[in-house]
Amino acid sequence: MTIAIWVVIGIVVILLFVFIGIYNGLVRLRNQVKNAWAQIDVQLKRRHDLIPNLVETVKGYMKHERGTMEAVTKARTLAQQAASAGVGERAKAEGELSSALTRLLAVAERYPDLKASQNFLALQEELTSTENKISFSRQFYNDSVLRYNNQTQMFPSNVVASMASFKPGEFFEVTVAAEREAPKVSFT
Amino acid sequence: MWEQIRSNQTRSAVLVVWMGVLLLLLGYFLGMYFFDSGAGGLICALILWVIMSLVAYFQGDSILLAMSGARKISHDDHPRLFNIVEEMKVASGLETMPSIYVVDDPALNAFATGRDPKKASVTITSGLLQKLNRDELQGVIGHEMAHIKNRDVLLMAMCSVLLGTIVILAWYASRVLLFGGMGRTRRSSSSGGGGSGQVIIIIVAIALMILAPIMAQLVYFAISRRREYLADASSALYTRYPEGLASALEKLAASTEELKSANKATAPMFIVNPFRKQGMAASDLTSTHPPISERIHILRSMAGASFSDYALAYRQVRNTSKVLIPAAAATAAGTAALRAAQPEAPEKLEEVQRAREASNLMWNLNDYKTITCACGTKLRLPPNFKLPEIRCPHCGRINSA
Repeated sequence: MTIAIWVVIGIVVILLFVFIGIYNGLVRLRNQVKNAWAQIDVQLKRRHDLIPNLVETVKGYMKHERGTMEAVTKARTLAQQAASAGVGERAKAEGELSSALTRLLAVAERYPDLKASQNFLALQEELTSTENKISFSRQFYNDSVLRYNNQTQMFPSNVVASMASFKPGEFFEVTVAAEREAPKVSFT
Repeated sequence: MWEQIRSNQTRSAVLVVWMGVLLLLLGYFLGMYFFDSGAGGLICALILWVIMSLVAYFQGDSILLAMSGARKISHDDHPRLFNIVEEMKVASGLETMPSIYVVDDPALNAFATGRDPKKASVTITSGLLQKLNRDELQGVIGHEMAHIKNRDVLLMAMCSVLLGTIVILAWYASRVLLFGGMGRTRRSSSSGGGGSGQVIIIIVAIALMILAPIMAQLVYFAISRRREYLADASSALYTRYPEGLASALEKLAASTEELKSANKATAPMFIVNPFRKQGMAASDLTSTHPPISERIHILRSMAGASFSDYALAYRQVRNTSKVLIPAAAATAAGTAALRAAQPEAPEKLEEVQRAREASNLMWNLNDYKTITCACGTKLRLPPNFKLPEIRCPHCGRINSA
């Protein structure tokens, strides 16, 4: 009788430890997803900050491209407004901004004076790099979400996840087709 | 990725323990031989090891950086390099930005230092900065970032300290044996004659003295080569563009410049072995790095950018069934598609531009002042230039310094 009680207590204690271990693992993964998201946020903000500078530099050279420049400014405003929205909506707004920027940079290729300006070259480097950082941070974020979601769906951690209500993470997908491909620039 | 790091850590730990055992054995038998007490030798070996480890742990990176004459740079010194490092920091999910150093050397090489990912640094030569385009540089930095992220730097530092201790012990013991002979005379007077046990100890001590450094070196090489493959795999995963690293390695392999500031102890820290011989595929046991041609071949036969793609290519190219990355870890890391190349200006123009940037960086780091004359000539004034004005050698105008 007493042995049976001890066995039951032992099993309960072991289960408790397993539960704690799995729970902590899930929390760690969820925090990683959060950190990765914060990284994307930093990079998107940096891009928003670069745009007024870019428009200012480009304005003097590209007098006849008002529409392209206005599209970028507008897309930036929309993206900034979407900053507090959900992952999906935000991805969409940022995708629009990306394609507007790509168009502006493609048009800039037609202005040799602009392309030779030191200021523009420096800005272009920053912009290229920020685009890269956005896609790298998105890559890391999606990898983290995948790992976290796998853990919340696989046995036995899915039991713990549903008990402690761990919600699955949302992927940061690019919805605009133009942004999927790296901008193609011709030098002819 | 995390599971794979852990499994490799245990594997490496086993190898390090082997080296440690080798050191202790050597200490024990040398102690038996020289002072008639194994424990004494053991303690001597341990003390030497601990001191060297502590120095390597706390001072290792600064010693290495000082030895190579590396200069720290900031964002404004070379925006492209800084940005690429930051890109790879973001891609690898590293928490803190590593410091960036540049060595003024035409050789093409790079290395990472730092005992933990929070206090790491990446060093590249100015030659590399000049020769590689953006994608290639990204691949190389990704490789170094992987060394930092996988904590290879600390492991390799600890291994080289172990190896160094073993070599030093064996070297001094052999000198004493050859030229002093004091251990022998003292023991033969104290124990008188000496039985078969004595003979065995002498034989074992001498055998260890000769074999321990060689064995330790082989273990060291094995650990280091494995790390290189893994860092290549991680670089491909971070950049999603294995071709970048492959073509960078090709350029590195083609260069004939030898790095001035490298030595045997620091060799495994670099991205390619700084002492390689031209045209030799050193795929034998005595190399800290896998042969470059093989690394390039593996990278080029990858179908995707994930770990499982690398593991598959590794098995195909090397024609082995050896498992580089545990299957469970590889599948857990998921799949990853390759990306397109970065758009670049025509290669010739780019290279001139890059050379100019790299040399500007080195002038600035060496405190040279730059004056642009009205005719467009750039005048570089050394830091000890004291005259108030200088005549332009091109057009003859007088510029104030």
